[in-house]
Amino acid sequence: MSASLDFYLTQMKTAIVVQFQYRVANYFYMIGMIAEPVVYLVVWTTVARAQGGTVGGYTAEAFAAYYIVWTLVRNMNIVLTPYAWENRIRQGDLAAELIRPLHPFHFDLAYFAGWKFVAIVMWLPIAVALALIFKPALDPTAGEAAAFVVALWGGFFVRFGLLWALGLVTFFTTRVSAVFELYFTAELLLSGRLAPISLMPQWVQGLVNFLPFKWAFGFPIEVLIGQLTPAQIVTGLLAQAAWSLFGVGLVWLLWRPSLRRFAAVGG
Amino acid sequence: MLISNTTAIHVRDLRKTYIVPEREGGLKAALRSLVQRKSREVRAVDGITFEVSRGEVVGFLGPNGAGKTTTLKMLSGLLYPTGGEVSVLGHTPSRRENDFLRQITLVMGQRNQLVWDIPAIDSFDLNRAIYRLPAADYRRMRDELIELLDLQELMRKPVRNLSLGERMKVEMAAAMLHRPQVLFLDEPTIGLDVTMQRRIRAFVAEYNRRSGATVLLTSHYMADVEALCRRVIVIHHGKLLYDGDLGGLVERFTAHKTIEVTLGSNAVDLSSYGEVVAQDGERATLRVLKAETSRITARLLADLPVTDLVVEDPPIDDVIEHVFTQEMIR
Repeated sequence: MSASLDFYLTQMKTAIVVQFQYRVANYFYMIGMIAEPVVYLVVWTTVARAQGGTVGGYTAEAFAAYYIVWTLVRNMNIVLTPYAWENRIRQGDLAAELIRPLHPFHFDLAYFAGWKFVAIVMWLPIAVALALIFKPALDPTAGEAAAFVVALWGGFFVRFGLLWALGLVTFFTTRVSAVFELYFTAELLLSGRLAPISLMPQWVQGLVNFLPFKWAFGFPIEVLIGQLTPAQIVTGLLAQAAWSLFGVGLVWLLWRPSLRRFAAVGG
Repeated sequence: MLISNTTAIHVRDLRKTYIVPEREGGLKAALRSLVQRKSREVRAVDGITFEVSRGEVVGFLGPNGAGKTTTLKMLSGLLYPTGGEVSVLGHTPSRRENDFLRQITLVMGQRNQLVWDIPAIDSFDLNRAIYRLPAADYRRMRDELIELLDLQELMRKPVRNLSLGERMKVEMAAAMLHRPQVLFLDEPTIGLDVTMQRRIRAFVAEYNRRSGATVLLTSHYMADVEALCRRVIVIHHGKLLYDGDLGGLVERFTAHKTIEVTLGSNAVDLSSYGEVVAQDGERATLRVLKAETSRITARLLADLPVTDLVVEDPPIDDVIEHVFTQEMIR
């Protein structure tokens, strides 16, 4: 156990050192990412004002809160893309990883978890700037703030596990893009990324409870902006735990068959 | 399978077959492939058998595409064999047990296993954590490797700022931190200058001497093989062509010897004695049939004003090239 902890801490430290080397690139990446929620925010704020101040209970300030928290959740949601597997196999990086007495899942999880600390530090000044411009209505209780921290990491684990498992499809077919695109489109529509889930039709709101996307994205935002009851927060955290376990279970099931398919010829 | 305690690597009838899709060029073939896909079976490794004893350094030779890397990958647990038996240090590599992976290393030339953007010392520390090395053991081994490979100046530079040769030395050290008992070295000196090649060779020899580790080495540089390996295994088209000592390879695969002769005068026609491979002023190199060597040497000494004469086996590079060319002609 202590050896695993030592590995996780060392790999997280490595990720922090590496990502700080690329602070300018990270900033540009982050600024590029901010464009998306700012567009949503401006559109929804305009709609709210046109409809007399609110849309589905959201005021302009509530939308500002939603989309500013969105930027942090989006950063936390960045994990190993399934597209990375193709390069990993083709360039021989996977061979280098497989020679180690450590499951690559741990290697990646620790790396991305370490990267998150850099993302959070770099996000703070951006959040302050956005708050000064858009004046969000954000007043969480201490309990909501604490639950948000857990939910934020919970969302990371859910998305990490599922996308890692999805990446393993690469071992079974060369036409992986279509599968990945389908996943990302569903995620965009049903996670709360495009618009808050509570603005969706009732049947969609029911459906998303049974899919993983909301638990990785919309749920942590709703926790912090104060839209959920304590019972809903606990249920959400349990759903995150369940989806995280599901992701790990999928990886556990698929890993050996995937390795059997790993057949890189030569170098 | 019953394997002796002194055996580090046991391979019996090892096979790896790939199914490769195949299609003609052009639109017609593309349309046809929609309904009828063709594929071809490629036998990358085709029933090879050998054993390597603990502490042995063995050269694993063959032209590009012979199946060397595929074999090394099966031995290190990266690829599942299609058939046959493999055992390394008593483990079945494809099971990929951590206990097995902690005892081996695979170094692939020009493949970077270090973290590119940070100093090598940080990558070393990461390997310490991955291999769960006790702090004191790690420090001792790290310092030993730094000294052996003369890495003091390189350890604090980001890996991306190192030259290819420097990087290879650091890669080699990183791969040895956990004191592996079996080393699979796939072209470890490829692309390096002569000095750096020598350095890597000396390091491998020293590591083998100090730790008694088993080494299986592939290289296109015969200097590596000559310096390190008494025994070589030659494969071609996935099949084993030869397994024995280097001298035996020359004996078996070459029917010629080389006579280097220095004469007291220029411009003598030597073509009646053998094939003139090179002639530079008073010095000439002749290629003669092995069985004819004594007779031709005697004739040269009797007929010409010879000041020096040396009879040699052809360079090992030429022998290997000859072996592969002959195989390709068949």
